Amino acid sequence: MHQQTKAKMDGSADREGERREIYFSWAIREALEQEMEMDSSVILIGEDIAVYGGAFRITKGLVEKFGPHRVIDTPISENSFVGIAVGAALAGLRPVVEIMFMDFITLAMDAIVNHAANFRYVYGEQAKVPIVIRCPAGGGRAYGATHSKTLEAWFMHTPGVKVVVPSTPYDAKGLLISSIRDDNPVIFIESKLLYSLRGHVPSEPYTVPLGKARVARDGSDITLISYGRMVQECEKAADMLLEDGVSAEVLDLRTLSPIDEEAIAKSVAKTGRAVVVAEDNRTAGASAEIACRVVENCFEYLDAPVKRVAAEDVPIPCAPNLERAILPNALKIYEAAKSLLDWGK
Amino acid sequence: MRSGVVMNVLSKDELLSYLRKMWLIRFFEMALDELFGKGLIMGTSHFCAGQEAVAVGACAALRPDDAVTSNHRGHGHFIAKGGDPKRIMAEIFGRGTGYVGGRGGSQHMACFEIGFVGSNGITGGGIPIATGVALAFKLRGLDRVALCFFGDGAANTGYFHESLNMASIWKLPVIYLCENNLYAMSTPFDYAFPVEDVAARAAAYGIPSRIVDGNDVLAVRDAVKEAADRARSGYGPMLIEAKTYRYYGHSKSDYREYRTRDEELDWQRRDPIVRFERFLLSNGIAASEEIDEIRRSARAEIDEAVAFAEASPEPDERFVTYGVFA
Repeated sequence: MHQQTKAKMDGSADREGERREIYFSWAIREALEQEMEMDSSVILIGEDIAVYGGAFRITKGLVEKFGPHRVIDTPISENSFVGIAVGAALAGLRPVVEIMFMDFITLAMDAIVNHAANFRYVYGEQAKVPIVIRCPAGGGRAYGATHSKTLEAWFMHTPGVKVVVPSTPYDAKGLLISSIRDDNPVIFIESKLLYSLRGHVPSEPYTVPLGKARVARDGSDITLISYGRMVQECEKAADMLLEDGVSAEVLDLRTLSPIDEEAIAKSVAKTGRAVVVAEDNRTAGASAEIACRVVENCFEYLDAPVKRVAAEDVPIPCAPNLERAILPNALKIYEAAKSLLDWGK
Repeated sequence: MRSGVVMNVLSKDELLSYLRKMWLIRFFEMALDELFGKGLIMGTSHFCAGQEAVAVGACAALRPDDAVTSNHRGHGHFIAKGGDPKRIMAEIFGRGTGYVGGRGGSQHMACFEIGFVGSNGITGGGIPIATGVALAFKLRGLDRVALCFFGDGAANTGYFHESLNMASIWKLPVIYLCENNLYAMSTPFDYAFPVEDVAARAAAYGIPSRIVDGNDVLAVRDAVKEAADRARSGYGPMLIEAKTYRYYGHSKSDYREYRTRDEELDWQRRDPIVRFERFLLSNGIAASEEIDEIRRSARAEIDEAVAFAEASPEPDERFVTYGVFA
């Protein structure tokens, strides 16, 4: 190698002896590739995922490596191709399904809610449904009301499915590998804006356990609880708070179902204040459930009410400024945190 | 019904086993009707009396390791695939000895060991499941096939159209067996379909189809055998439409105002079990005493199933929140 630095397709630019950094999107691709290499029952199913590589090019190159019988392009038939994946999972495969935009998962609700989610509980130990449904989700790209939603709350509300939302490239790979190896249906939510985020990702396969939160930043005065892309916004808000002399802890839940109540309680017991931040909309959203858990488990530790920062209860508008206006961001989080710190003063 | 050809491939024992299974199903549904009437069972149930030849003929053409998916009207499919009437009855009674411990009830039972991949309370829900099972069989290099039982109502769901299309482009070893009993709940076939036959829709997906007399157990068996051989050889799916009729209403709360008593009588004259008995008698395959004995023993087995279910304990409530996840 003549050059010291080699730019690779995966976005990494590693020098020898340094930690490898790659894009979030490539961390996902690497997880898929490594699990497919290791386990021949892992197959990919979705629209335009083979030669095209999926709308976000996450599966690019995998059909060349594994063939069209394992990287299966489907017609535009969400309900049935998710249902087919569920049937295939019952019969011994581990399908990873891509829903091109999470908004389209509405078309597959029956296959998920009435079938995948029920089978283990109703049919008992003879049945397992090891299927992962990958969902590029969330706003911030001016795609409008049918290509921008993030619908985790509906699946938190569905017993029998797990809901996983990574916030870093490291977690994207580790949580996806755990999800593929898990014997349950997993809704795996990928924020589209995180795809270009770079971070440290070991090249060997590894797992990040489902159901375990991560303290993204240590703090003592207030806890900012979030998941997915909003963890970044919380960290920015924590920076702003630090300038005011406030030490904010940022808790990244990583998994919304099952939810790590212990980690929430531990952090809020320490700080006495909590802001819950979620990109989905407020009413009956993920933030409502998380805030309720805080109140149920930590009431005696709270020095102030729990605040929520979530998307406004409107369909996602298209114009960039309108979209920005309704989505949570660091400033809104900062302001919510300040109001709690000033509580009772 | 054809006799000479049949006797060349099917033994007397096998033919009599079809009769016995059909009687088991008939008596099972009659017993349930009575039990619901007496208020001994809660919930709802959809009886398949009148359609026994479809379930029995189809499963007779499959191997034990082939899979079937069923629908809301699934007791007959389960019994035909080898399910034990005792444990099916116990499941409907909501007892711990039922196939899935009382969690499923009439519309949500399964026994993977015998290839019964589930009855299904969502109309059309079993169609993609069977298709997916077939995909797994194919990708895993197994020579097994999946058969999907569904009704005419399900042939109007998106699942039907989407799944047949994908099964065809991927040449999956799956058999779509539509039991056209003329009514989707109360909605008549000729109201909900602008075509004469469900089978006509196969052409849109490049799938071959057959229409069979669903009250002729041997005709059903023949058609499914052809489809299974074809699927096993890698030629992909087939759609079979079995024309049949359900004697009872859609569910126990149905007063059958949407059809005439004349029509019901007309179909009862084509009763699949009576016809098969006549066939066995007139071709000298079985004597009337043998047939009486089969009927009697089937009746006794269902009586035992009811007694077993009634005597079984309720499921243990302490575990009701267990087992949501694997």
